[in-house]
Amino acid sequence: MIEIKNIFKSFSGQEILKDLSFTYEKGKTNLVIGQSGSGKTVLLKCLLGLYKPEQGAILFDGEDIITMSNRNLKKLRKEVGMVFQGGALFDSMNIEQNVLFPLQMFSNLSSEEMLERVNFCLKRVNLENVNHLYPSEISGGMKKRVAIARAIVLNPKYLFCDEPNSGLDPHTAILIDNLLQELTHEYGMTTVINTHDMNSLVQIGERILFINDGKMAWTGVNSEVFKSDNKDLQDFVFSSKLYKTIKSTY
Amino acid sequence: MKLIASFGKYLLFVADVFRKPERRSVMYRLVIQEIYDLGLKSLLFVMFVSLFVGAVVALQTAANLEGSWMPTYLIGYATRDAIILEFSPTIISLLLAGKIGSNIASSLGTMRVTQQIDALEVMGINPVTYLVRPKIIALVFFNPILISVSMFVGVIGGLIAGILSHDCTATEYINGLQYDFIPFKALYALIKTVLFAFIIASVSSFYGFFTDGGALEVGKSSTKAVVYSSVVIIVSNYLLTQLLLGS
Repeated sequence: MIEIKNIFKSFSGQEILKDLSFTYEKGKTNLVIGQSGSGKTVLLKCLLGLYKPEQGAILFDGEDIITMSNRNLKKLRKEVGMVFQGGALFDSMNIEQNVLFPLQMFSNLSSEEMLERVNFCLKRVNLENVNHLYPSEISGGMKKRVAIARAIVLNPKYLFCDEPNSGLDPHTAILIDNLLQELTHEYGMTTVINTHDMNSLVQIGERILFINDGKMAWTGVNSEVFKSDNKDLQDFVFSSKLYKTIKSTY
Repeated sequence: MKLIASFGKYLLFVADVFRKPERRSVMYRLVIQEIYDLGLKSLLFVMFVSLFVGAVVALQTAANLEGSWMPTYLIGYATRDAIILEFSPTIISLLLAGKIGSNIASSLGTMRVTQQIDALEVMGINPVTYLVRPKIIALVFFNPILISVSMFVGVIGGLIAGILSHDCTATEYINGLQYDFIPFKALYALIKTVLFAFIIASVSSFYGFFTDGGALEVGKSSTKAVVYSSVVIIVSNYLLTQLLLGS
């Protein structure tokens, strides 16, 4: 479980996050939604310890990462998996080496055991016989799946995803969403997903935080989105004709 | 003010390079890889340039000696000093600043804009230690070897040009190479190459690592890396020469 309590973050005097509090629950897919520039990515970077909020607390199972020593933060990061928007796979390594990388850096497994784990993770994300291909040789959807395999290879307690299905076709996007939800349940991870994708919201929004202008504007679960009378949320979620039509028939 | 801030940032960056690496075995493998990528892949280029420049230096010296009372073995003597003292350590290092410096800056810059560096950081890996340290170690180790090869090939280039142009015989040229040879000058040249290697690797890595933006900024970082590496090499060449050879 991750709790954020009254965090503030500003850049050059401009407040980006304003008194934000929320709890990301364990074993659930926690979605963070909001317009571009609303502060989602800044919040994610604060959770990852890449930015330090000026005020407030970020508790990972009770331990505040803002006041944590660098040594402990480094230890904690070994329990964190991250799926970046573009995958952020290492170009100089093939798929197998990319997934193997965290194991080589942090585990004491033998080469055979590491390879077994890599193949297990790749199989888990439905990728087989791609071990020796390079990131430039695979599709966007495959890159995301490799990034997920790399993120889960060390059995993390926390999984962060920054717009995991941006730039993907609807079918692949659904596959990625389902995969993330399955893995979250399977491993009991605390999964945090930044998304703009309304399909994801409906499909896997087990817990949702809607940020508007750096503040928490709404929280709830996917089924409550349609019933909510929060104007900002309604304007954001049902901005397209398609969703307006869906809502009118709901 | 901005320059001082950048210099301070550079010093902190260099200090970060010498932190303890995550795994020594991984670091060892990375250094070997960088020796291959940055060093060995430059070998043919360095040999090619050195051969022809050595030949040109010999021909120019011969042209200046023509009709004078000075002995022809001076062709070998002048070529040796020009190659060992200045051409191989400084000019080749400047060329390498272009070739290797732009390679380092653009590869790190691309890693930055595609979030590969962020990925390392999130994994709990110090990206400076992991990415930059092997490049610095590899180049500091391999640049003296490259430059030594350049010296040898440059002197051979002079010999070939001297013989082909009938300006001197092989014996005269070799006598000139041996004439008044001071071993410290070779040591001075190698000390320069170690410093220049450090400058090329660290300055280029600095500009690549702190790339901010997209593809356009990667190009800008690459240009800055080459320009600043070259400027720092030129200035430190003067200072080091004053320090080691100045009266």
